[in-house]
Amino acid sequence: MNTIAETRAKSLLYLEDVSVSFDGFKAINSLSLVVEPGELRAIIGPNGAGKTTMMDIITGKTRPDTGKVIFEEMIDLTKKDEADIAQLGIGRKFQKPTVFESHTVWDNLELALNRSRGVFATLFYTLTAEDKARIEEILTTIRLTHRKDEYAANLSHGQKQWLEIGMLLAQEPKLLLVDEPVAGMTDAETAETAVLLREIAKTRSVVVVEHDMGFVRDLGVKVTCLAEGSVLAEGSIDFVSSDPKVIENYLGR
Amino acid sequence: MITGFILRALEGKIVVAVGILLAVAIIVPALNLLTPPDSALHIPTYAMALMGKYLCYALLALALDLVWGYCGILSLGHGAFFALGGYAMGMYLMRQIGSRGVYGNPDLPDFMVFLNWKELPWFWYGFDMFPFAMAMVLIVPGLLAFVFGWFAFRSRVNGVYLSIITQAMTYALMLAFFRNDMGFGGNNGLTDFKDILGFQVQAGGTRAVLFAMSAIMLALCLIVASAITRSKFGKVLVGVRDAESRVRFLGFRVENIKLFTFVVSAMFAGIAGALFVPQVGIINPGEFAPANSIEVVVWTAVGGRGTLIGPIIGAILVNAGKSYFTGAFPEFWLFALGGLFIAVTLFLPKGIVGTIQHGWNARKALKAAADAEKGRDAGALPAAQQAQAAE
Repeated sequence: MNTIAETRAKSLLYLEDVSVSFDGFKAINSLSLVVEPGELRAIIGPNGAGKTTMMDIITGKTRPDTGKVIFEEMIDLTKKDEADIAQLGIGRKFQKPTVFESHTVWDNLELALNRSRGVFATLFYTLTAEDKARIEEILTTIRLTHRKDEYAANLSHGQKQWLEIGMLLAQEPKLLLVDEPVAGMTDAETAETAVLLREIAKTRSVVVVEHDMGFVRDLGVKVTCLAEGSVLAEGSIDFVSSDPKVIENYLGR
Repeated sequence: MITGFILRALEGKIVVAVGILLAVAIIVPALNLLTPPDSALHIPTYAMALMGKYLCYALLALALDLVWGYCGILSLGHGAFFALGGYAMGMYLMRQIGSRGVYGNPDLPDFMVFLNWKELPWFWYGFDMFPFAMAMVLIVPGLLAFVFGWFAFRSRVNGVYLSIITQAMTYALMLAFFRNDMGFGGNNGLTDFKDILGFQVQAGGTRAVLFAMSAIMLALCLIVASAITRSKFGKVLVGVRDAESRVRFLGFRVENIKLFTFVVSAMFAGIAGALFVPQVGIINPGEFAPANSIEVVVWTAVGGRGTLIGPIIGAILVNAGKSYFTGAFPEFWLFALGGLFIAVTLFLPKGIVGTIQHGWNARKALKAAADAEKGRDAGALPAAQQAQAAE
């Protein structure tokens, strides 16, 4: 068994004994979780298990009452706000696709590019050849090159999901948090999204929250099952889905 | 860098609007000064003063459009920045009166003599100098916007709550400026101006120059606003309006983005107020009245928010309507204004310019689709093609 210090040193993201309650309701109850560099991790769990709250804590939207949230061995995320954390290299995809609908696909990606984000830097920004190439590369990855000049509002639901993933790629994060990426997608889109996420996970860590068990099986990665704010089971999909506690709390229902 | 920033501003419609404003800046004063009063082309001085007033209102509406139309901050207190700019100009004009006041005191404005004050309060120092006063026209509204925005945006006050506190801000300022011991002329405000930069405020030539300056400043501010909204910053701004949390999670400091825009907008409003005061000859605390700020929202909504040109048109149209109505049917003006706002909200939610633009784009898309169907000019119409391919 590794010591705690060793685990923390090897990790990209390290949550220890994190708790948060809203009006007395414990949304997260002494949750511990370790994500290693380059890991693709799936998180499952029933509604109200605290999956989204966990993402809120990691990205600085919610402050935990107790516990440690450490990024890259030493950065204490509980002391930072959303913008800091995004700049450190944690990207977040929302459950509902959230893109800038009144901008074109291209502009959405341009805004997300990991460039200086100050007021004056953006006022005087001009598109460089390097940035242009990067945006084109991302457009290919997310399969939206042919719609680059269209308003994001006109995209289909699945395409919006991909655009948002593309925006996260443009951000060049070290860790990507993805909340229910295939909700509302067709089967073909779901399969393609699994391919896309595995491709993305080659160069960075990805944490996917998902309800769709078929999709999680497709991903074929380590699974963490949350329930009532803490970890119920962790391991391969077969190991987790055969755990009696998981069956009782989640799958069985 | 800067040239790129400014060049980006000069998109078609903006160039046309700036051209019209500059032409107005020359033609209207020329017709006022150079044609005889009985000529058909003559523009009487009162009409020019009225139009000058509209241009100041248009600049105020443009300022509001920058924060409301592009950043989603519905300020119901923009009249406060306008009034503060106006007071800064008024204070300069008061100091220019010198010993020509009723009491003939060379050091103190009349109202201070009347209140038995013995010396000039410290905050009136420097206002005898034109450059200082002009700097204050920008700094005072800008500073208020900065302090106000610093607290409001940092604590993430949003939506209707923010609107309410902006309204409270202008109301509080109105009550403060009504007090005699504030040192700004109390109830009566500042008036009886004589000179500006040594020229008589009431003289025809001075009025013509003030009118021209109003048109030119409006054109300049329009260019700056266009440069801001067409830059990457402007795109982030629209992002804040449409999906604030997305912008935050992309790593932008939303509070700084809002603060910058709010301060620039407050400065625009200050400039508008400063040009307004010498043309109407008075500034009093009534300018801080919450109803004034709400009227600005109506002008902007009527013209079309988020279009830059729309609010200018809206401000001019609504105020021209107001001038006509208050003359012809004085008791109906407020009903007309209220009815107008409801009608625009219901039938023209994008405002006049927004609706025209929308209709134009829809027609273009329709035409493109029709062309693509005929298989004409396929390469030049990617959008329509994709629409077909997607079907």
